Amino acid sequence: MSEERDVSVVVREYSTVNEISGPLLFVQNVKGVGFGELVRIRTPAGEERRGQVLEVRSDLAVVQVFEGTSGLDVSSTSVRFMGETVKLAVSSDLLGRILDGSGNPIDGGPRIIPEDYSDVHGAPINPYARTYPREFIQTGVSAIDGMNTLVRGQKLPLFSGAGLPHNRVAAQVARQARVKGTGEPFATVFAAIGITADEARFFREDFEKQGAFEHVTMFINLADDPAIERILTPRMALTAAEYFAFKLDMHVLVILTDMTNYAEALREISAAREEVPGRRGYPGYLYTDLSTIYERAGRVHNAKGSITQMPILTMPHDDITHPIPNLTGYITEGQLIVDRGLHRKGIYPPIDVSPSLSRLMREGIGKERTRQDHREVSDQLYYAYAEGRAFRDLVAVVGEEALSARDKIYLKFSDDFERRFIGQGEYENREIEKTLDLGWDLLAALPESELKRVDPATIKQFHPKYRAGTGK
Amino acid sequence: MSEFKPGRIERVAGPVVVASNMLGARMYELVKVASTGLIGEIIRVEADRATIQVYEETTGIKPGEIVERTGSPLSVELGPGLMNQFFDGTQRPLPVLLDKGGAFIRRGISAAPLDRKKKWEFTPLVKKGDTVIGGDVLGEVPETVLVKHRILIPPNISGTLKSVVSKGSYTLEDPVAELETNRGMVKLYMMHSWPVRVPRPAREKVPSDTPLITGQRIIDFFFPISKGGTAAIPGDFGTGKTITQHQLAKWADAEVIVYVGCGERGNEMTEVLETFPELKDPRSGQPLMERTILVANTSNMPIAAREASMYTGVTLAEYFRDMGYNVALMADSTSRWAEALREVSGRLEEMPGEEGYPAYLASRLAQIYERAGRVKVIGSDSNKLGSVSIVGAVSPSGGDFSEPVTQNTLRIVKVFWALSKPLAERRHFPAIDWLSSYSLYLESLENWYRTHIGPEWSALRKDAMALLQRDEELREIVMLVGPDALSESQRVILEAARMIKEDFLIQSALHPVDSYCSPEKTFRLMSLIMKFYEKMKAGVGKGVSLQRALDLPVKEEIARAKIHPSQAFEELAKHIETNMEQQFQSLSTELLEKPAV
Repeated sequence: MSEERDVSVVVREYSTVNEISGPLLFVQNVKGVGFGELVRIRTPAGEERRGQVLEVRSDLAVVQVFEGTSGLDVSSTSVRFMGETVKLAVSSDLLGRILDGSGNPIDGGPRIIPEDYSDVHGAPINPYARTYPREFIQTGVSAIDGMNTLVRGQKLPLFSGAGLPHNRVAAQVARQARVKGTGEPFATVFAAIGITADEARFFREDFEKQGAFEHVTMFINLADDPAIERILTPRMALTAAEYFAFKLDMHVLVILTDMTNYAEALREISAAREEVPGRRGYPGYLYTDLSTIYERAGRVHNAKGSITQMPILTMPHDDITHPIPNLTGYITEGQLIVDRGLHRKGIYPPIDVSPSLSRLMREGIGKERTRQDHREVSDQLYYAYAEGRAFRDLVAVVGEEALSARDKIYLKFSDDFERRFIGQGEYENREIEKTLDLGWDLLAALPESELKRVDPATIKQFHPKYRAGTGK
Repeated sequence: MSEFKPGRIERVAGPVVVASNMLGARMYELVKVASTGLIGEIIRVEADRATIQVYEETTGIKPGEIVERTGSPLSVELGPGLMNQFFDGTQRPLPVLLDKGGAFIRRGISAAPLDRKKKWEFTPLVKKGDTVIGGDVLGEVPETVLVKHRILIPPNISGTLKSVVSKGSYTLEDPVAELETNRGMVKLYMMHSWPVRVPRPAREKVPSDTPLITGQRIIDFFFPISKGGTAAIPGDFGTGKTITQHQLAKWADAEVIVYVGCGERGNEMTEVLETFPELKDPRSGQPLMERTILVANTSNMPIAAREASMYTGVTLAEYFRDMGYNVALMADSTSRWAEALREVSGRLEEMPGEEGYPAYLASRLAQIYERAGRVKVIGSDSNKLGSVSIVGAVSPSGGDFSEPVTQNTLRIVKVFWALSKPLAERRHFPAIDWLSSYSLYLESLENWYRTHIGPEWSALRKDAMALLQRDEELREIVMLVGPDALSESQRVILEAARMIKEDFLIQSALHPVDSYCSPEKTFRLMSLIMKFYEKMKAGVGKGVSLQRALDLPVKEEIARAKIHPSQAFEELAKHIETNMEQQFQSLSTELLEKPAV
């Protein structure tokens, strides 16, 4: 999507900075500066940084500096207004490369020859042009495939907490995800937003280990990189992804981690601009801002490719009502909750399926997509697991003796479900049929009359009791 | 092109632009910003400076560029071509934008809301020499199989018709009549425009005595909304706000549906676009899309246009109300609209109220909801009625209902459908919490339910609600001291409440039959469950074991009854009643023969 490029740009350079506050520069006596324009800043030490115009008045421009303002002064800092917006040089050569959070290669490889320049802020997809996501992606993880199915073009975040294995889960998904029975071109775009060097290396090594690094593009902004650059990093990644998906017809999985760091950076800028804060000091436009990232997923008519997003965010204090996970949940099409309780029990992946949700699941499953009993099995598993968990609370209060025989069956079911269905190996790639059969094996422990969420005909076809006779 | 002197841009901050040299500019006047002609609206005037909210991305706009005034406020075009159409917040037709500019919406792209070239079959209903006033029907256009578009004389205009075209095909640019008014001759077209922020006039508001039947059991039975009523659905994410809104848009017995997707997901609008044409209206058998207008400004589309989208939607709804139709407007979500207000207010550096929302949040919300109502419409026929019902979804941050948007909404609306996260996590859908929801229309609608559904309606509703209330109390006891503490008769209540929840309240939006439940079926289904409860209570009172009662095959029949089609339901209900009678009878007989040890 090449924006109309203004060829008559006049680059104007000023050294009239009169105030520096947090990540912001206030430049006076400017002329003809456009809102949102890209800015190059030369520091007193001669180093070049990049920024963007956040506000313009007749003679004043407010500039946000991506690499931070440390070392800048008001007397000798010079500011050049570039007359165009922040763009990424896109090219199929981006695959297999590692770039910094502003899109410059940092892997020592050759310069990337651009095929086009794309505005990193993108443009909203016309809702009329969207195609509803329906294609099942098999991740090989039962908690996802069976209970919270991912489909092509979905945005499904991992809500996690500090110290939980969300990175391992995301890496496993990236490793195993595929659409059944197709060999269509795919790519993974990974954006590290303020994570540690260790975490970034983990992903990189994991991609390399699969021998699939030529399908991966990484944008890296580490914890010690400038916080303001984090505003740009996910947008860089999505601009690359849009190019792969809608120009090169590839199916792209985008992993953004950690969106909490992104929101913190946004708050920092907002505070520096002295804006009226919303909840917990985050700007009132956090929702809208996040949506301009998450909504850049999906499928459109007349394009073969797709963008599937898996953002990761760590919930501060495991609090799902915190503005970051909360507003994310309102935009994304569901969420996968990485749960501390399950993790403590030693269950991997510790995905708590009860509060997790995939909003696009029902369209992506069933006959010809997964298997016709999928919906009923998952409904019944949800119901039985919820029943069993409710009894756990009760047992804690009144002891197990107080439970009826039926209650005890459910209690045991919920433990087995966590251990055998949710729990699996980090390198175990379960076919969807295996996941569903496993569900049936667990349900078989319940009396058949309890299987109310399943049609009797489906029971006849798939229940192990009846399957046994047919050679299984 | 403009007769006004252009202003100059002084400041650009996101969607807010300040321009000087704008003397004479009016509040809410539409302006074109910069050489790209971005559409904006004046939201503050100070001497010769005007503050403008721009409906498109302002990147690249510079101080010094011009601002052109149009002299008129943001308006919508009203005429044939609205139905089955998909607009953005400022009424740009999205399919046309796709043809013109591709899958991504580019800046400065514009398109006329209504197709000027298309010919419509116009049948005049007035003749030369007739005296007409605003609101009178000039003629009719069969717009879709479901909606007959009545061409109205615009409000605030009246006179004598000097000429009327004969029946035939015309475009929106062809005049269809000439009207002699006291201010001269006026040409009338099949289309007129109306400023979105001005409510269309009505003769008077009248109380509503008819429910808007939604086909959703918990709503129609426990918490009904009237035609012309207002309702709010607050709920945290994942509790099913959007699915509930979609269900209402699908099944509500209104003649016209306006669905406003305000700051929500793009794929949700796609879902409506893909599913509605396939669904059939249960009354007429025609595709539901034929009576639906979609207005969408998804979360990533420009924020100022999101603010406008609610007004655009409600003006379209009022227009069809003025034709004498019952219109239902679904707004998903009013919280996103309020956030647009907050964002623009923040950029204006206004003094913030609670949680950064502007102090006028409450009055703006009230203004929107007050445009709902059942009214006597304007025009010569003083008894013609029309209505606009508004159902607004609310997305409270953190699921906390004490936040300002939810609280201010609750002060205005009469129906509250509270969505509950615990219910949603148990996959109990619709996750409307029966204990905290309410409807203030119960009394005014009681008469309708008595005459159309059954005289016992209110009594049945009260009994069922009391049972659910009692169930809640008992379950608290169970949580404290365990189920053993309950007597057999108390467990009867728990079991009956469980039946209400599972066999009545849970309604699958995805099941082809269960998705829509006629009010007659709703009533019958509940009476079956309550009858079973009465029998169970009587039986246990006489010494029948509860477990035996629960094992009766008829209980299973009740459980499966909800997936039985509405039309043939009475037959099934009679059959179940007979079985219930017999099976309980045999339990008592058994008891008499073999007295309990």
